[in-house]
Amino acid sequence: MAAMRRLALFVCVLLLVSGSPGLASETSDTEDNSPSSDDHGTSSDDHEISSNSTHNTTGDTGQEDSGHGDGHEGGPITTLPIVSWKWHHVTTPYLVAIWILVAWMCKLVIEANHHVTSVIPESALLICVGFLFGGIIWGADQKQTFSLTPTVFFFYLLPQIILDAGYFMPNKLFFSNLGGILIHAVIGTCWNAASVGLSLWGCHQGGAMGDIDIGLLQYLLFGSLIAAVDPVAVIAVFEEVHVNEVLFIMVFGESLLNDGVTVVLFNVFDAFVSLGGEKINAVEIIKGIISFFVVAFGGSLVGFVFGLLISLLTRCTKNIQIIEAGFIFVLGYLSYLTAEMLSLSAILSIAFCGICCQKYINANMDEKSVITVKYVMKVFANGSETIIFLFLGISAIDKTIWVWNTGFILLTVFFVFVYRCIGVFFLTWIQNKFRLVPLEVMDRIIMSYGGLRGAVAYGLAMMLDENKIKEKNLMIGTTLIVVYFTVILQGITMKPLVTWLKVKRASANEITLIEKVQNKVFDHMLVAIEDISGQIGHNYMRDKWKHFEEKWMSWFLMKPSARKKHDLVFDVFHQLNLKDAMNYVAEGERRGSLEFIRNETAFIDFKKKFADEYSEAMPDITVDMSDSYAAHSSMRRDTVPSISLELHDQNTNGLRETEDINTHHLLQQHLYKGRKQHRHKYSRSHFTVNQDENEVQEIFQRTMRTRLESFKSTKMGVAPPKTITKHPKKDQQQKMPNGKSTDNGKYCHCDDDDFEFSGDDGASGYDPSAGSFPMRVTYRPGAGIENPVFMPDLDPMAPMQIPPWLAEAELDSSTVALSQRAQTGLPWTPSNLQRLAPLRISTRSTDSFMMADVPASQRQDEHLPPPPPPPPPSDDDRGHL
Amino acid sequence: MGSSSSRLDRVPGAKDLMEETGFSETNILCLYDRFEVLDREERGYLRLEDFEAIQQLAVNPIGDRIIGAFVFPGRETLDFPSFVRVLAHFRPTDTTWSRSGSQPEPANSRTRKLRFAFSLYDQDGDGKISRAELTEMLQAMLGMQVTDEQLQSIVGRAIQEADLDRDGAISFDEFKKSVEKVDIDHKMSTRFLR
Repeated sequence: MAAMRRLALFVCVLLLVSGSPGLASETSDTEDNSPSSDDHGTSSDDHEISSNSTHNTTGDTGQEDSGHGDGHEGGPITTLPIVSWKWHHVTTPYLVAIWILVAWMCKLVIEANHHVTSVIPESALLICVGFLFGGIIWGADQKQTFSLTPTVFFFYLLPQIILDAGYFMPNKLFFSNLGGILIHAVIGTCWNAASVGLSLWGCHQGGAMGDIDIGLLQYLLFGSLIAAVDPVAVIAVFEEVHVNEVLFIMVFGESLLNDGVTVVLFNVFDAFVSLGGEKINAVEIIKGIISFFVVAFGGSLVGFVFGLLISLLTRCTKNIQIIEAGFIFVLGYLSYLTAEMLSLSAILSIAFCGICCQKYINANMDEKSVITVKYVMKVFANGSETIIFLFLGISAIDKTIWVWNTGFILLTVFFVFVYRCIGVFFLTWIQNKFRLVPLEVMDRIIMSYGGLRGAVAYGLAMMLDENKIKEKNLMIGTTLIVVYFTVILQGITMKPLVTWLKVKRASANEITLIEKVQNKVFDHMLVAIEDISGQIGHNYMRDKWKHFEEKWMSWFLMKPSARKKHDLVFDVFHQLNLKDAMNYVAEGERRGSLEFIRNETAFIDFKKKFADEYSEAMPDITVDMSDSYAAHSSMRRDTVPSISLELHDQNTNGLRETEDINTHHLLQQHLYKGRKQHRHKYSRSHFTVNQDENEVQEIFQRTMRTRLESFKSTKMGVAPPKTITKHPKKDQQQKMPNGKSTDNGKYCHCDDDDFEFSGDDGASGYDPSAGSFPMRVTYRPGAGIENPVFMPDLDPMAPMQIPPWLAEAELDSSTVALSQRAQTGLPWTPSNLQRLAPLRISTRSTDSFMMADVPASQRQDEHLPPPPPPPPPSDDDRGHL
Repeated sequence: MGSSSSRLDRVPGAKDLMEETGFSETNILCLYDRFEVLDREERGYLRLEDFEAIQQLAVNPIGDRIIGAFVFPGRETLDFPSFVRVLAHFRPTDTTWSRSGSQPEPANSRTRKLRFAFSLYDQDGDGKISRAELTEMLQAMLGMQVTDEQLQSIVGRAIQEADLDRDGAISFDEFKKSVEKVDIDHKMSTRFLR
């Protein structure tokens, strides 16, 4: 591992060195661009980089745009050159690309060794690698040719990170804690800025800093830029710590929202510094306060509007699916720039843009595009995060910015830390009077300790005007020290501290099954109790909002088809049926393969059943079957992937392991989620594709069925069928007929169907109350075809219109038809089986990389023509196995 | 205060309830309002149908069991004190202020909370979670994708894990032990009833 690390480092250094002779001769203008590595998926970005760089606040000397020169070296041409060296022609994009590569290689090297990253967070390591690179560059050039400029940072590196944070924001969690987050983001940040600024000024007056030229307003300006907790640093550190979600959202939400405050404070004090002390009067201060609201709410509004725009746009991108994912990035970026243009809070803007559009675009866009957006978002965000930290390190190795003032620097670090703690403790103390679940002392400690400063503060410090603030370099240096102190030291100690304080972690591993089940029971129970006790408060507001949202927003912003899918209780049936069908197939496959792998006897049993069924017709069928298993094992990966890739992703791992793990996985997947449970996607480096959201329907139907049955039975004097113990298959089967009728909203009617259905059950002597389940159902040859959803292969609409009892009859008849055909000995050619074999196996070939193929494969699957001779048996077979 | 205590007058037996359950006046008043909302026909007691009318409960997989915990099978109705007493299980455990006249076992103690959870499983009330009962519960909680064998193996394993005396069922003590590590106070307290 170490050798590999060294090798990679060497490669990086080589890359760097090979670049630098050229660089040395470059104007510094070019270098300013170099960290601006990440493009945003728009082709015009590189142009923007170079054109913007000429306006760099730090752009020192060179104004000529060397990056996009026409590449001709002056001088007359004497002969036709076959090849020519055109370094100038490509300098800027080339350096950008090289730096992206270098940064990502660093990440690769760092991540190669988990022993290190488990102790030291990646962000800290990246900064340290940055030191190293900075040293090399310094050694080569004798000046820091590369450093993170505010332009590059704010325009090209930050937006995608914030967009990512907004897009993957756990909305419910965020909004239910919004009050607390806002208190910390607004009051906490103001407090930090004011207290740090004033205390430093006080110490200055006391003579602790020696002779430096900083006035009160400058101190406040410095306080305001150092006050903000940095979202990039917070995610980078907290992601690896896995604290509980409330704690995380408090810190993370604060870091995201306090940008509005920081920007305002910074602008206000910057203006005050320019104005000079005398000109500041009450009017100016009131203006400052008003501008806070305008900036914060205006920024959020811009984001909101752009979020709506994206949602609307994705309504009609059906014909250009291939680029619809791009709209999110372009419009998100535009929302950032628009807010910036209007001097509103750009970070708030893009964050809210992401928050607003996530639901609608996920519903509107094609599934492939949704996945694309997710991945691309992560690539951008993670990539630029890497670059930011690397350059935070590199920027430090620069003699010119280091003006050492022990008093100033140490006091700043001290005050930043102490006032953060005081602020957090005080604000949470107030909040706890209103909060329903109080934040514990441990949580408060972590919140205080999680006040990490990062690149935003550094970027703001770089934006200071040297003419107005004489000690700009001291401030930059101090900001860097604070950043290093928080990111490296606090980052490293965060994990041990969390462990040591026994802070509640995010879901700890549940060891026992009963615990796992019980936790879910608790979740459901709490939700139910809250419903019963009619919890008022923010839930009420949430309900109102939800109502409004469902009634208007969704109508406006979602495709009709998608809306149908999202309409909670009644209209999902098409979707549900489809899913059931897929699950059914998958389950059948899994059952076959599960037994096959896990339990030899069961497999034999299963085989025997199979053989019993078909032996008369095809004596060699079983042999063929196992042959085809073997023959296709090599094809497993590239044949039709499982229909329910996501669902069984985890399960597939379990297949090869013990039964124990199997059950755990099973529970993991299939336990209904409590309503309060959120799927967290904010992790920048990992995310899981969302699983099915149809649970609500399932539960609802089940409950209503149960109730109606018991209701009817009491009414009609029939013994209540114990539906709870019913085989799940029964549920499914009953549900299908429901589909048509619930679509019409005739709900009682469908339950009539149901009732008859369950009456049938009773009549058929199926005793569901027995403790053990009749294997008959599972292994019955016709089991597969009982599910009417499989009819679509024959005629997509037919099964819907068939009343359940008729459907049952028809199903039976088709089963009969099967056996008749079987008896007539219609040839089951091996090719048929071979076509089915990959399907059967495919649950195992789940690979997250193939997820993008899912829909395609589904379609493929749907269009898969039934095997030539008898269509029904093939369906049956697929479902059955 | 004056107005709230006069409001408190309309709640029958409010003082005793507060004493018994540890709810604050606000809680009692809120709950009483809620009770009246649920009691649409103003009979002064709740019936099964009143609970079933709560929309969200219908999408709760164990909603019916929760209702069952309120409305006992024998009795068809639920008056306000009983309503409050059941909900008292979900009051967070007091940390800051201890009640002076503390009963030996307030309803929000860990044991009582667990007892409540246990009763959701133990539908026949024999003090044990039998295999069938656990199966029922799991079936209610699991999606439909799980097959019978899988369900059975899950149930089997779960019982095996918890069943210390090997009688094939989970007693309350065994249940308590099996969820030892779960933070019950966190999991079984609603913020609202604080």
